[in-house]
Amino acid sequence: MEDRRLELIVSYLLRIGVGASAFLVMAGAVVYLAQHGVAVADYHTFRGEPAAYRSLTGLLALEALRHGEGLIQLGLVLLIFTPMARVALTLLMFLGQRDWIYVAVSALVLATLLYSFFSASPA
Amino acid sequence: MHILEFTCIVGTVSFVAGLLGAMTGLGGGVIVVPVLAIMLGVDLRYAIGASLVSVIATSSGAAAAFVREGYSNLRVGIFLEIATSLGAVFGAFLATRVPTAGIAIVFGVVLLYSSYSSLRQTPSDAADTGKPDRWAGCLRLDSSYPTAHGMQTYHVQRIPLGFALMALAGTLSGLLGIGSGALKVLAMDRGMRLPFKVSSTTSNFMIGVTAAASAGIYLSRGYIDPGLAMPVMLGVLAGSLLGARVLMRSGTRVLRLVFGAVIVVMALEMIYNGVTGKL
Repeated sequence: MEDRRLELIVSYLLRIGVGASAFLVMAGAVVYLAQHGVAVADYHTFRGEPAAYRSLTGLLALEALRHGEGLIQLGLVLLIFTPMARVALTLLMFLGQRDWIYVAVSALVLATLLYSFFSASPA
Repeated sequence: MHILEFTCIVGTVSFVAGLLGAMTGLGGGVIVVPVLAIMLGVDLRYAIGASLVSVIATSSGAAAAFVREGYSNLRVGIFLEIATSLGAVFGAFLATRVPTAGIAIVFGVVLLYSSYSSLRQTPSDAADTGKPDRWAGCLRLDSSYPTAHGMQTYHVQRIPLGFALMALAGTLSGLLGIGSGALKVLAMDRGMRLPFKVSSTTSNFMIGVTAAASAGIYLSRGYIDPGLAMPVMLGVLAGSLLGARVLMRSGTRVLRLVFGAVIVVMALEMIYNGVTGKL
């Protein structure tokens, strides 16, 4: 049964996405704590993150990845992409089944996710 | 407080939140936000950003297991994700405009409702075998799920109502940085008359997509701080993975009640702090 195979692939995809993301975040945590462990933590007032940590392009400029925070943030971006990849995979599967209603449904959801990620430019 | 110390405390608190969130079905996000904001004095915007990320992690981690077992309904999930993701984008935009005091009050009310619904929860596993809905037929939403007596088919009812409730669930998720699991289950279980097991697993499956729809906006607004999100995400993820393995036995009813009382106190404190403008 096609749906069953799809569900198994989705299951693997989710695990790989979360696993890889958690690994990046942990690697970043080691670097971050080694660099800043003894600094004072202050989250009481909201300042907003520097521009380099606000977008994928900022992170991939590589300068950000020299810091633990950049690695953590890249892991978090990977995490945000995991459900998007799941929707994209669902779209492909429905395309293979020629289930046009659900091709349209998945495309609409994917478009919303992509819009939110790429068009919300740093204010 | 030093960053190392702060990270350890936040990690531990998040682990406990994830554990209790998974055991009670409330979800980690709805617990971790007030703890960060009230007990550790973290700005509500940072707390919401970090929670949202942890919600994606736990949903994706848990969904991976449930999808394999064949409980969640993929078509119902993806169809309702139209409503939740559009709602989430709207909620995230609202979050950048509503003052944090207002967000705190809404959060408290949602927290009260969530704990009420989790305490009242009586899983009625009687599938609706009534006549098929026309919409459900067109969208091929009806399906079957494994029970003790083999595969049981069910019919999906009242789709517009479910869709509207999902849009609201998405908006609250985007505004408060939570998974909105309680409302999603309500929409499917009571609204669309899906079997409880199917509702709860499909809800879990949808939470990740809903949270991802607003996480991009939070990231670009600078609400997601790596130093804070790191221990929250890792802690909640580890706690909820463990929590999913620990079965909620009937003997733990006392734990449920004590925990429910703690939630109510936190909810009232959020509302109080919102009203007095302390958050």
